[in-house]
Amino acid sequence: MSSCRRPEHTAPPDVFYNADEAKKYSQNSRMIEIQTQMSERAVELLNLPEGQPCYLLDVGCGSGLSGDYLTDEGHYWVGVDISTAMLDVAQDREVEGDLLLGDMGQGMPFRPGTFDGCVSISALQWLCNADKRTHSPPKRLYTFFSTLYSSLSRGARAVFQLYPENSEQLELITSQAMRAGFSGGMVVDYPNSTKAKKFFLCLFAGVTGVLPKGLGSEMSDKNVPNQVQYSGQRCRFKNMKGKSAKKSRDWILEKKERRRRQGREVRADTKYTGRQRRPHF
Amino acid sequence: MKLLTHNMLTSHVKGVTNGYPLLIKATEVKVNEVDFNAQFVSRMIPKLEWSALLQAADELGQRQDLPSELVADFENNEEFLKKVHRVLLEVEVMEGCLQCPESGRQFPISKGIPNMLLNEEEL
Repeated sequence: MSSCRRPEHTAPPDVFYNADEAKKYSQNSRMIEIQTQMSERAVELLNLPEGQPCYLLDVGCGSGLSGDYLTDEGHYWVGVDISTAMLDVAQDREVEGDLLLGDMGQGMPFRPGTFDGCVSISALQWLCNADKRTHSPPKRLYTFFSTLYSSLSRGARAVFQLYPENSEQLELITSQAMRAGFSGGMVVDYPNSTKAKKFFLCLFAGVTGVLPKGLGSEMSDKNVPNQVQYSGQRCRFKNMKGKSAKKSRDWILEKKERRRRQGREVRADTKYTGRQRRPHF
Repeated sequence: MKLLTHNMLTSHVKGVTNGYPLLIKATEVKVNEVDFNAQFVSRMIPKLEWSALLQAADELGQRQDLPSELVADFENNEEFLKKVHRVLLEVEVMEGCLQCPESGRQFPISKGIPNMLLNEEEL
């Protein structure tokens, strides 16, 4: 049903992002705006130290729109992408970062502890597809995450904006990331909106951090940290919708009334109805 | 490809245990002007593999007067930082190839972009 709207169902990434598709990413102002917004949020989630130029990795950098934002923020970056057409566009746009042609499923070819962080905009869902006979998505995800883990410095974060197809796909991605040693999880921005809803996979290398709250979710302003929430009501009777609680005197009286209406033999209502019997030893 | 990236790159061909440093065989090298950022350069120096950087600069003939040992108090030595900055961020390999020191596998560089894609049997 949705296959015509998902680019990863039409062709492998190196084929889909051809010269025509790549051109859109340098000319379509709406696409540029969305990409920049998502990079902005991703960098915010990275939680980099203030006022310090960092060395970052951009996985699936494409035409370098996310990289432009990194440069504006004063960071240095290396971009990896599988599409030569997209990299050509990035080259034409004279982006500041260094570019590499590579497949994320084949692992990241970097020395341990190289990067202070990793961002990736709309790229990770491509790894869930098997485009060749020899491709196995779980294995490729694991290769990617484990090599990424080692190329990050301790305490660094990796933030992936992605469009998951379904919950199984999300489960597959997060389980492989945890297997590779990452901690962290999903941050969902505007969870109640269909259009503005954005998924960010936020991973920590080496340390366990507190997962940031998604934008526009009720939780973000209501919660007071380190305090127990007082709910003010007993949840046992939450879903009763006007009915009386089971085994209570009211419930028994209602039931007896119902059965009388059905013409059955019912004992008379007395002051003992619905009372507990005295304890016997 | 900048030499900073080269300093971080390793070969990830299957079975290679020490694919570092990659040898550079350049046919075209360019020197671009890049804004100098002392803070970034001094942050990157501890992460660098100094001998690999020297070797790479030598291979490209761009070493100039870069000292063979790391200067002790490099944070405050702006002259030294500028030299490192030039080698790290301004020298770019445009055409040529990178060679894995162990397997001899070559990764071509075209238009300044190294091709790190592997074949099926190398995974």
